[in-house]
Amino acid sequence: MGWLRQTWAVTLFSLKSLGQRAGSSAVAVAGFAGVVAVFVAVLSIAAGFERVMASGGSDQVAIVLRAGSDTEMSSGFELEQTRIIQQAPGVLRDPGGPAASAELFVIVDVPKRSTGTSANVPLRGVGPEAFAVRPQVEITEGRSFRPGFQEVIVGEAAARQFAGLELGNRLRWGEATWEVVGTFGAEGSLWESEIWTDARVLQPAYRRGSTFQSVYARLESPEAFGRFKDALTSDPRLEVDVERESDYLQAQSRVLRTLVHVLGNLIAALMATGATFGALNTMYSAVAAREREIATLRALGFEGGAVVVSVLAESLLLALIGGLLGGGLAYLVANGYQTATMNWQSFSQVAFALSVTPALLASGVIYALAMGVLGGIFPALRAARAPVAVGLRRS
Amino acid sequence: MKFFHLVWRNLLRRKVRTTFTFLSIVVAFFLFGLLMAIRNGFGAGVEIAGEHRLLTTHKVSIIQLLPIRYQAEIRSTPGVAAVTHSSWFGGVYQDPKNFFAQFAVDPGPYLAMYPEYVLSPGEKERWLATRTGAVAGRKLAERFGWQVGDRIPIQPTFWRPASGPDTYEFELVGIYTGASPDVDETSFFFRHDYLMERVGDIGQVGWYIVEVEDPSRADEVAQAIDARFANSAAETKTTTERAFMRSFAEQVGNTGAILMAIVAIVFFVILLIVGNTMAQSVRERTSELGVLKTLGFTDRAVLGLVLAEAVLLAAGGGIVGLALIVLVVPGLEPMVQAFLPVFRVPTPALGLGLGLAVLLGLASGGLPAWLAQRLEITEALRRR
Repeated sequence: MGWLRQTWAVTLFSLKSLGQRAGSSAVAVAGFAGVVAVFVAVLSIAAGFERVMASGGSDQVAIVLRAGSDTEMSSGFELEQTRIIQQAPGVLRDPGGPAASAELFVIVDVPKRSTGTSANVPLRGVGPEAFAVRPQVEITEGRSFRPGFQEVIVGEAAARQFAGLELGNRLRWGEATWEVVGTFGAEGSLWESEIWTDARVLQPAYRRGSTFQSVYARLESPEAFGRFKDALTSDPRLEVDVERESDYLQAQSRVLRTLVHVLGNLIAALMATGATFGALNTMYSAVAAREREIATLRALGFEGGAVVVSVLAESLLLALIGGLLGGGLAYLVANGYQTATMNWQSFSQVAFALSVTPALLASGVIYALAMGVLGGIFPALRAARAPVAVGLRRS
Repeated sequence: MKFFHLVWRNLLRRKVRTTFTFLSIVVAFFLFGLLMAIRNGFGAGVEIAGEHRLLTTHKVSIIQLLPIRYQAEIRSTPGVAAVTHSSWFGGVYQDPKNFFAQFAVDPGPYLAMYPEYVLSPGEKERWLATRTGAVAGRKLAERFGWQVGDRIPIQPTFWRPASGPDTYEFELVGIYTGASPDVDETSFFFRHDYLMERVGDIGQVGWYIVEVEDPSRADEVAQAIDARFANSAAETKTTTERAFMRSFAEQVGNTGAILMAIVAIVFFVILLIVGNTMAQSVRERTSELGVLKTLGFTDRAVLGLVLAEAVLLAAGGGIVGLALIVLVVPGLEPMVQAFLPVFRVPTPALGLGLGLAVLLGLASGGLPAWLAQRLEITEALRRR
């Protein structure tokens, strides 16, 4: 008990004197804040991208591609094959028929709003079942396209990022003219980056005959996946790869996530090294400034352990303040910032918002506290070990 | 210069503090170099793209193909000096993780169009004579340990063969190098006629590369080309290669701005750390500075001494940090090659870094030096 009381007293003492070392303490705080701000802001890119990709995929939806194709772009099916897939066991059925949509995926050149430079925007031809497969898709403005008409609906994120996709606009792609008749939302998921139309209209416009590229099927339950997959892969009329949509989209976001994570961590680790050196300076000088005071305390009978804890507590407090400031700064600047990047697997744009998640903020603060421990421990040990007699003689 | 020893001894007086400050400056400039290398990698395609070259792509999107017969029509457009084509293959070598760019091209005209890809005359001859021949960039060949003469099997994704085996097997007939360090040495080129042979002669190419006679009239030529194919089944969009590369870089995202924001934060933090060190050391030495002034050192000389100390510390750290990153980058290169074909610290960035280091010294030493200059002798001597 005595030891705890001692530690508490010394710690309180050192925290109360923080004001006298305001300049140097502020530098340490700024160092911590800078590192955490960069760390959190950079990783919020990966978090935002992942959120868009992850919320688009369901484990109750299966995507079927031609065997050996890892993206829709390189896949292809004849009409007959898509029929077989739609009738496979495990597919959810409602009065309208099986909830499985045969789709086409192409990209169209649309200028980016921010720069005016052209960007690859995905144009997806879907079957009438597409809305049953993805219940999160909802028309938010205008109406849906009519089957057989050259009409498109535009995802909300695509409408925000790219120019000329406003309701009522006519778009000329190739020999055909398309009218924007509606806007759709999809709970912030990947689909909002796309433009949708009737697959049967897209086929002739892109000279695809009666072929499709993928089939998306909503299953009776997530557990029905095995049954569905086995039925398709054992069917001699088909050569297909079957994947859960959630796994498929997860794999699509891997390249970007890895890149951002490696870069973000590398940059933050380097910055943290630099900032820790700065913190070491601050704490060493804090200890040096209090040399006499610490020696006096120890002469009075306070233990070295209590002194170590008090110095560490000071450094941790600075780290905590820095971490919170940095995280807050990153949140203010980055969170919700709308942007778009290339999804290399589909060679097209994915619009997303940077996302500063609570988990990111927490890891930012933990990062700062780790720097605080590193920056405080050596000065703390020195303070506790310094000979009392020498310390007392200091001016 | 004769006071160098004094400045030096002052730096060494608090060895621990100087060391930590020095190290944080080293880290900052190491990071600066790294970020500049990344930025250079993202922008390299734009820098190297010639203003005298145009790209003609399908108007709807880059993934749509154009008929091969357009080549003769583009060639006959006034102002066009040369034209050739290229097609994205997008195949898989052993594993999708081994990604690298593959293009089907017409070897002779393509090499003439891109003199920055350097191939020995013997290698070029062999390529022209070998239908299944392919050439790879130096870094790509190093990555997979390829030697000239190796057989390289690649699985197609879009370009499925109409007949014969499923895989394309290429013979490596040459390894090209870049004419300058910013040229991509990670691509793989093979012959378009071989591609057509395998997929059944569909007479399509990915895009055309057009050399104009007069770069100042590039826009005019581009419009003339697009006008030729207006209202046809495959309309075109022609831009300068540089504009194309820029819009491609924009598609990836505004990497430049993100990297520069990080650099700004890093320097702000380091400025505070170094500034704090300098302020502390001047504060501790107040009485000594008073003694110097008593001995006849002018105010300006004292200002100079403090500034010199700060600049020495910052520039020293800057030089060591930049030297370290230059040494480390070649080791990192193979790891980032799939994302950034060009990865090096550009020379101008080294100069900029050095300038920033000196500036950092002046800025961090400025306030303490100014205070030291204004110090009254009596006041300074009284303070302990």
